[in-house]
Amino acid sequence: MLDKNGIAKRIAREVKDGMYVNLGIGIPTLVANYIPQGINVELQSENGILGMGPFPFEGEEDADLINAGKQTVTLLPGAVIFDSAMSFGMIRAQKVDLTILGAMEVSENGDIANWKIPGKMVKGMGGAMDLVASAKNIIVAMQQVNKAGQSKLLPKCDLPLTGIHCIKKVVTELGVYDILPQGGFKLLERAPGVSVEQIKAATAGKLIIEGDIPEMVI
Amino acid sequence: MINKVVKNADEAIKDIQDNMTLLLGGFGLCGIPENCISALVKKGVKGLTCVSNNAGVDDFGLGLLLQTRQVKKMISSYVGENDEFERQMLSGELEVELIPQGTLATRCLAAGYGMPAIFTPAGVGTEVAIGKEVRKFKFNGVEKDYLMEYAFDADFAIVKAWKGDTAGNLIYRSTARNFNPMMAMAGKITIAEVEELVPVGELDPDQIHTPGIYVQRIFKGENYEKRIEQRTVRKK
Repeated sequence: MLDKNGIAKRIAREVKDGMYVNLGIGIPTLVANYIPQGINVELQSENGILGMGPFPFEGEEDADLINAGKQTVTLLPGAVIFDSAMSFGMIRAQKVDLTILGAMEVSENGDIANWKIPGKMVKGMGGAMDLVASAKNIIVAMQQVNKAGQSKLLPKCDLPLTGIHCIKKVVTELGVYDILPQGGFKLLERAPGVSVEQIKAATAGKLIIEGDIPEMVI
Repeated sequence: MINKVVKNADEAIKDIQDNMTLLLGGFGLCGIPENCISALVKKGVKGLTCVSNNAGVDDFGLGLLLQTRQVKKMISSYVGENDEFERQMLSGELEVELIPQGTLATRCLAAGYGMPAIFTPAGVGTEVAIGKEVRKFKFNGVEKDYLMEYAFDADFAIVKAWKGDTAGNLIYRSTARNFNPMMAMAGKITIAEVEELVPVGELDPDQIHTPGIYVQRIFKGENYEKRIEQRTVRKK
């Protein structure tokens, strides 16, 4: 079974040289730590950065320079700053190659819910609805099973939706899945030490298993 | 030439009345018009509709206007940093419209570009789409649904810039730019507070982000706190 860093590490392998990548808050942010040497990507932050760098050294924080999670960050050489309208313009126009974001629920037809638990958590969707509606390549990083032991890979999302028919790949603590155009989670890889039986038990939506499922290499 | 320079925030906001709609620049606490927010608290105008990406934190930014119950309605994309906000929203004291961040930005842009509406795929199939016109467009080789969203119609826009000149031309600094340029374009009256106010001619025309034609009032702000919401650092 993978921990959060393991999920991030596995997703980092999907990042290709030269991509423009938007990383959501939570596990997706960790992906930046595991991008292999020699792979150069430009990180987009939807508050208006391309070419976002690591956190600043202590004492060098700049209140005017933050990422979409409101954390102080730095800029890499070649970075550019733009306004929020242009930021979502490049997202809508599909110039951003890869979007990695977290989810509370994903359904077998590619719907995603990640912004609201009615009556309980109402923080807002931020840029998530814009990202999922437009991105051509979205990977969801999430825990497959919640604290109560219930699967979050579902036939249909229970929570209010963020977007419909938009998710094509999911990486969880248990495995890697493609969501097929006709519906269903196709199991591609098992996390280290996880059996197909465990995955079956943790998947409420339609699970498709063809042949031997390899254990993932991290 | 019309004099756009006002003395301070109190003078800049003096004709903002109860129940008006305001666009307020900033992302989190970054690039927010601190001086004007304080002046609004002092003036005590009530029943405001505030359009801003976030709602500040409990004791800073727009949170100050929420504490004093001067806000009737917030239109934002993300409000997770403010407990008082969440309390007022869940108890029904505060009306809240949560909208996608790109939709918020583009509805400002549309106003500043003189266009009444836009079409965006954000929110299709979600509760954001309820009651909205949906149109199918074939665009970039793909046919899909888009929501029609209206340009904002706001009485005032209040923005923060780094430098400005007496003609109202503005330059922003780093990610404090965020929503400020498109909000500056979208107000019937736009107020800009700046860290540095210079005479006309001192800014390089090629470097100006917001042309002064969009700005009606400008003043040099004071005592910027520029609070950092999430101070994240690495060790040397």
